[in-house]
Amino acid sequence: MNATDTTALARRLRQHALRMTHRARASHIGSCLSIADLLAVLYGAVLRVDSQQPDWPERDRLIISKGHAAAIVYAALAESGFFPIADLDFYSADGGPLSGHVTKTVPGVELSTGSLGHGLPVAAGMALAAERAGAKWRSFCVLSDGEMDEGSNWEAIQFAQHFRLSNLIAIVDYNKIQSFGSVAEISDLHPLAEKFRAFNWGVHEIDGHDHDALAAALAGPPPLAGRPTAIIAHTIKGKGVSFMEGRLAWHYSSPDAAQLESALAEIEAGE
Amino acid sequence: MRTETIDVLTDYARANPDVMLLTADLGYSVLERFAEALPAQYANVGVCEQAMAGIAAGLALSGRRVALYSIANFPTLRCLEQLRNDVCHHNLPVTVIAVGGGLAYGAQGYTHHGVEDLGIMSMLPNMAVACPADPHEAMALLPQLLERRRPSYLRLGRAGEPILHRSDAEITLGRAVWLRRGADIALLATGPILGRALRAADALASRGISASVASFPTFSPLDASAVHETAQRHRAILTLEEHMVEGGFGSRVAETLLMAGLAPRFGKFGVTDALRGRIGGQSWLLDTLGAVEDHAQALL
Repeated sequence: MNATDTTALARRLRQHALRMTHRARASHIGSCLSIADLLAVLYGAVLRVDSQQPDWPERDRLIISKGHAAAIVYAALAESGFFPIADLDFYSADGGPLSGHVTKTVPGVELSTGSLGHGLPVAAGMALAAERAGAKWRSFCVLSDGEMDEGSNWEAIQFAQHFRLSNLIAIVDYNKIQSFGSVAEISDLHPLAEKFRAFNWGVHEIDGHDHDALAAALAGPPPLAGRPTAIIAHTIKGKGVSFMEGRLAWHYSSPDAAQLESALAEIEAGE
Repeated sequence: MRTETIDVLTDYARANPDVMLLTADLGYSVLERFAEALPAQYANVGVCEQAMAGIAAGLALSGRRVALYSIANFPTLRCLEQLRNDVCHHNLPVTVIAVGGGLAYGAQGYTHHGVEDLGIMSMLPNMAVACPADPHEAMALLPQLLERRRPSYLRLGRAGEPILHRSDAEITLGRAVWLRRGADIALLATGPILGRALRAADALASRGISASVASFPTFSPLDASAVHETAQRHRAILTLEEHMVEGGFGSRVAETLLMAGLAPRFGKFGVTDALRGRIGGQSWLLDTLGAVEDHAQALL
């Protein structure tokens, strides 16, 4: 897919996630919308995966450590052919397959997540497995900015550089809002790029809504040869729906019928 | 028993290249043989037990079987949620090996007392929990845990534990083993405290009391039929464990008895909160709990 196609995909992902969280009265729509562009570029243009063979051994691995963004992850998998789009109607439904945090039993999901700080160590273990086997596949992990507070991430960051895991790519969804307020107020991450560089990681710092920048950073060689890569994706929580953008409340609220209609229309009319 | 166990692991891994060993920077003078023989299957990940458990899950999701090695609470409680979510919930072939279980590092202080591990590990989904009494049990159990290709926990003592079994004793995961057959009371032990049970049986014999002794090398799944049989053949049961008596081996035996409608006279010999903060070697600390034979006789 080119940038035009992934932009259309991102639009569909946002619309799915809005409908899903509205129907289920589920939280975390803001966290979903900030990674819509990232997921569209990953699934549309970067990841070597096969929806007909979810366990293909040579596939790239993607772990969503911010498991609360489940709605849009399921939407991306459905749009990529891993399961029928109609199944998205059962998001968070009683007895259904799609829980409110990312679940391994869903085709295409590599790891059940939901407790923060778990994904990157597992992704690093996968990268070590590929490195020891001489395999070419890469290991990607999407993290929230708030979860960078978890010490286990920094354990994995230290480990991965020491073991020269250049096949590991961590993407931080830096939307500047965590659970109780702004990242700057709660536990300031600034300067995040310098932190990664000090740990001997290569760093791309990009606009996480710019599809060309995302594709270049995700598909290109490691910026620091022989070391893991951090992509700090500057994003806007709630991106694409003006009344949700940058608003903490949309970490928790779900859109009502009128808000859904307004949000879907705005996305449809968007760039 | 740690050296013998790692020797078994090394031989097993040589024959099974999918097996990896991770350590969180512990195992000096124990792991070198594995590391030198099989460097591609070994990684010292540094002092980071949470990451180590996650890394193990990532390796296991990529087709490896992984053994983790560290001391007492570090590869269990420190990374409990990683074991719960990443390893056990995903039903991955990861075997946690902890050395210094129980009070083996007694004089090192409370931080090094591993006395809640068996109960806590056994609550995790898909987890088998083994607590060998001697090198014979440990060496027999490790390959069985690896063959199971599911989450497991192997709690080892430290070094120099005596062999308590005859060399031909058959050790099977999930099965108890009888070492003495008596008539009055049964002493059921898990872990190296089995040695104390055997000595207590001798002391009881000199008092005219006939005691049976069984080892339960597998903490979970517990050999329920052996527990039932014990209650049918004895008036009293005393359990022995180097573990908190709340939520440990004795509690599981008691629950197994109650669920079967069996009610022998029953007692638990094990660690209580009174030991927390006390400083001393393993034997001294256990001695402060009193003589096993006295606990046993009091039940009759």
